[in-house]
Amino acid sequence: MDAPDLAGRPPAVADSVPLAVRARGLVKSFGTMRAVDGIDLDVPRGVIFAILGPNGAGKTTLMRMLATLSRPDAGTATVMGHDLVTDAHAVRGEIAMTGQFASLDEDLTGRENLLLLARLWGFRGRAAGARADELLAAFDLSDAASKQVKDYSGGMRRRLDIAASLVVTPGLLFLDEPTTGLDPKARQDVWRMIRALAASGVTILLTTQYLDEADQLAARIVVIDHGRKIAEGTSRELKAAVGSGFLHVALADPARLDAAATLLAARLGAVVQRSPEGARLSVMAGSPQAATEALAALIAAGIELSDFSMASPSLDEVFFALTGGGDAAPAQEVRP
Amino acid sequence: MSDVPMSDVRLSDAPTSDTGTPLLRPVARPRPPSAFSNALVFGWRAVLKFRHVPEQLFDLVMTPIMFTLLFTFVFGGALAGSPGDYLQVFIPGILVQTVVFNAVYSGMGLSTDLGKGLFDRFRSLPIWPLAPFAGLMVGDILRHLIAGGIILGIGLALGYRPEAGVVGVVAAFLLLLVIGFGVGWIFLVLGLLLKTPTAVMTIGFAFLFPINFASNIMVDPATMPDWLQAFVDVNPVSFMTTAMRGLMAGTATVGEVALALAAPVLLTLVLAPVTLVLYRRR
Repeated sequence: MDAPDLAGRPPAVADSVPLAVRARGLVKSFGTMRAVDGIDLDVPRGVIFAILGPNGAGKTTLMRMLATLSRPDAGTATVMGHDLVTDAHAVRGEIAMTGQFASLDEDLTGRENLLLLARLWGFRGRAAGARADELLAAFDLSDAASKQVKDYSGGMRRRLDIAASLVVTPGLLFLDEPTTGLDPKARQDVWRMIRALAASGVTILLTTQYLDEADQLAARIVVIDHGRKIAEGTSRELKAAVGSGFLHVALADPARLDAAATLLAARLGAVVQRSPEGARLSVMAGSPQAATEALAALIAAGIELSDFSMASPSLDEVFFALTGGGDAAPAQEVRP
Repeated sequence: MSDVPMSDVRLSDAPTSDTGTPLLRPVARPRPPSAFSNALVFGWRAVLKFRHVPEQLFDLVMTPIMFTLLFTFVFGGALAGSPGDYLQVFIPGILVQTVVFNAVYSGMGLSTDLGKGLFDRFRSLPIWPLAPFAGLMVGDILRHLIAGGIILGIGLALGYRPEAGVVGVVAAFLLLLVIGFGVGWIFLVLGLLLKTPTAVMTIGFAFLFPINFASNIMVDPATMPDWLQAFVDVNPVSFMTTAMRGLMAGTATVGEVALALAAPVLLTLVLAPVTLVLYRRR
């Protein structure tokens, strides 16, 4: 292995270490559409940080800007202490990005893909091969090393793609929707890798559309929609804002819908969403106990239920709760 | 590299053995390589492609063989009295045509890479930004040399004799590489602008067929209508062909070679900056 270029560097002092990402007022437009519309971001070092949002919220655009792949129209940012625009080359030396779609050469073998990147980073001769083999082993791809990537499964591609980002251990790793399109087993594998990387000191900034993914992995979550930040906090804080879950009820007699909605709104102090097609109501419940009490109140009022369930809030419901309605809101609602 | 101290990373729990689970050592960045070294790595990738995409190699080998044999034996007698006489004028011309057509591969490759997001990874690396293009050029040069060598070999076997000998052939092949380099920019720009490799090929061929056939490569322009002759006379492909014939026959003038170089030089001067701007803008 070649000698690492760490010799002359002073040891890091904890409180002089800048944030991994510090962005102020980032804007990126495509035509008249403002894909990212003035976002501030502070990502501390050494954590998993999630950007949560639906398709088209601007997650990928934001990440591409921070990874030096597209230039902000306005705003400033430093990434790993280097200015994103004026010192992009230095930023590139400390980051790695795994895009939403595997950025691999399908014609080459898995090992050749890694060798290519190792050589571009500056590993020579045997050191490049050794690093490629190490990565293949760590990601459980040694058996497929000499297979062309076009013959890889989705999960194998994803693993190779992440391995390709770790040829040189980055200070900051960008993962754009790392588990979208993967089966549950492959998803678990990727989660485990992400946790292991974070434990080794790599800062990870990931985007996801899945609330549970952000919940499982991230120390801190930013929720964005329409290019704007609509909430930020720990998973616990966001859940507190949203409530622990949603109560869904179905009525035996649709004629009692108004009465039931009014009662639930009053009991739970939250906006009741009405499904347009059937006699169903959804409402944020502060706790299972509050939900149980509300159900008891319905029964006491003589409103018969055909079904009820308690579910974790979906992303739609989180947006509904965080934005207090807006675009995610269904057509009809009853306010407390 | 991170300033935070790192421990070993355990990423896979699958192949556990007595020697322990594979561990991924955190590794710091080696000394940054030179721009030249970056370009060589991409050249290596181009060579790997030859090995892994045999259909492209087949295409690269078969097309010139087919064109050379068909034109020589089907049209040679009618156009020049005999296939043997036709070879003397046709071989330098088919070399130009083949190189110009083969330039399309780079554009298709570029379009494929861009579509797959591969260039996003390259662009997020701390490397010389033009290195990927240099790699495409290496692939081009190899393709031109392979196809050119095949055509020359067939020509020689069938009785083609370059009067200027080895020196003439080497000079002609150098000109050929310059032509390929110049024309290559057209397809790199198309590759950056068009979404699919098929679109690059379709648009490329729509432009390449007329410019190659309406030239002095295959047929004496004296037999063409006046308006077409007027085009053939100023067609850069005609200038290239004339210079190639001259170099291989030992009769080339400086003026002929200069005219042949005009288009590749102009294309490079105009399209290289355009390529860079398009690449950076993406």
